[in-house]
Amino acid sequence: MSELSVDHLLGIKDLTQEDIELIFTTADQFKDVINRPIKKVPSLRDITIANLFFENSTRTRLSFELAEKRLSADVINFSASSSSVSKGETLIDTVNNILSMKVDLVVMRHPNPGAGVFLSKNVDSTIVNAGDGAHEHPTQALLDAYSIRERHADLVGKNVVIVGDILHSRVALSNIFCLQKLGANVMVCGPSTLMPKHIHSLGVQVEYNLRNALEWCDVANMLRVQNERQDINYFPSVREYTMQYGVDMDLLKSLSKEITIMHPGPINRGVEITSEVADSDQAIILNQVENGVAIRMAVLYLLASKRKLST
Amino acid sequence: MAGKVLIDAQHLQVMLNRLCCQLIENHNDFKETVLIGLQPRGVEVAKRLVELLENNFGCKDLKLGFLDITFFRDDFRRRDEPLQANQTHINFLVEGKKVVFIDDVLYTGRSVRAALDAIHSFGRPKNIELMVLIDRRFSRDLPIQPNYTGAQVDAIESERVVVEWQETEGENIITLTNDAEV
Repeated sequence: MSELSVDHLLGIKDLTQEDIELIFTTADQFKDVINRPIKKVPSLRDITIANLFFENSTRTRLSFELAEKRLSADVINFSASSSSVSKGETLIDTVNNILSMKVDLVVMRHPNPGAGVFLSKNVDSTIVNAGDGAHEHPTQALLDAYSIRERHADLVGKNVVIVGDILHSRVALSNIFCLQKLGANVMVCGPSTLMPKHIHSLGVQVEYNLRNALEWCDVANMLRVQNERQDINYFPSVREYTMQYGVDMDLLKSLSKEITIMHPGPINRGVEITSEVADSDQAIILNQVENGVAIRMAVLYLLASKRKLST
Repeated sequence: MAGKVLIDAQHLQVMLNRLCCQLIENHNDFKETVLIGLQPRGVEVAKRLVELLENNFGCKDLKLGFLDITFFRDDFRRRDEPLQANQTHINFLVEGKKVVFIDDVLYTGRSVRAALDAIHSFGRPKNIELMVLIDRRFSRDLPIQPNYTGAQVDAIESERVVVEWQETEGENIITLTNDAEV
């Protein structure tokens, strides 16, 4: 197979296992490209991409922008804080205005779950979801799985635990879908107040004790506590959270095997993981960032190839 | 194997030997030369030439790389079935080197045009030459001609020149087939 089964990347839920494998094999080649002396290919030179960020982002926005520029696309950036959104313009109007400037692809982050799906049904452009509320963050899940595959060769039968604020995390949901499609066993671990009510229905194991979870897993993906999405206090104090769910070097060394530590960023050093852990050989956090560019290049390239040129 | 035989195994071997001699004439000890097989089908040709040069002609330390041109093609978004990228494997810089592109069949010249773009990611070569097993004459879309040719073939658009190898397809042979038969 050399083509994705979907026209937009709205969530991992819509992708098949073959789609994910195709994205990975394409990303392999792009990873090679970004390590060359000249890190650019001309594939998307006739494509214009709009990065619409209705919510703050540093890593994802930079990663997408770099991926787009490495593919030679023309890029326009938009952030909600400095736009007419603050003047009361609706999402559709904002996007249609931008699309009338002949934009082919829209990369969008939005605080509302389903914003990408809504857009894909109403505008004639390819949509890439760069995070919609607490729903999905597909490219993050793809780069996480790709990074695990790079370290452990294969995901089939691997035990992966996602630790932290599962309730507010779009990374957790996309990761669960992606890892399961690739044959990994998934566990979630965190305080019961930060665990979604029907999490069992996704077919994941649930563990409230961090040590048990780490003993079980090959890979631990440590999530950030999303203070900005928490309208009430879900745990008594950050200090208590760290004592219960923070990973330090002593804990890692006390485990019966060496596990891989991941983090989607931004890290709250000293909260979910200590600096020592983040900078250790067991952590592949910076590999994730590098792989993020290759994965996003692959996604953009494969989606753009579905927009046939009408002659 | 299907279609009309253009070159049989024995003839192919003679052709490869001749191409080796021509390369040696122009590149002596290959100190300043790198050989680049174009993915996917040029790789097999390049590997064979290197094997012959090392075993039969005593050449040493040849630099061989494989170049994938998928991301540099000019038919992106124009093909019904997109092409999947292959591996590029070039673990040296081509800056100031003499580069020899190696491919199996030269047809429209568009792959070679893409390769000329792609190779610059690895430096600025001193010059670039092109070696092909089969040159399909009178079918070029671009002003590109090979420096070394195994054989020239005249074929119409609906026909295809297929190069097969013992290791991958079971036989060393070059045939001419109709697209419908492939």
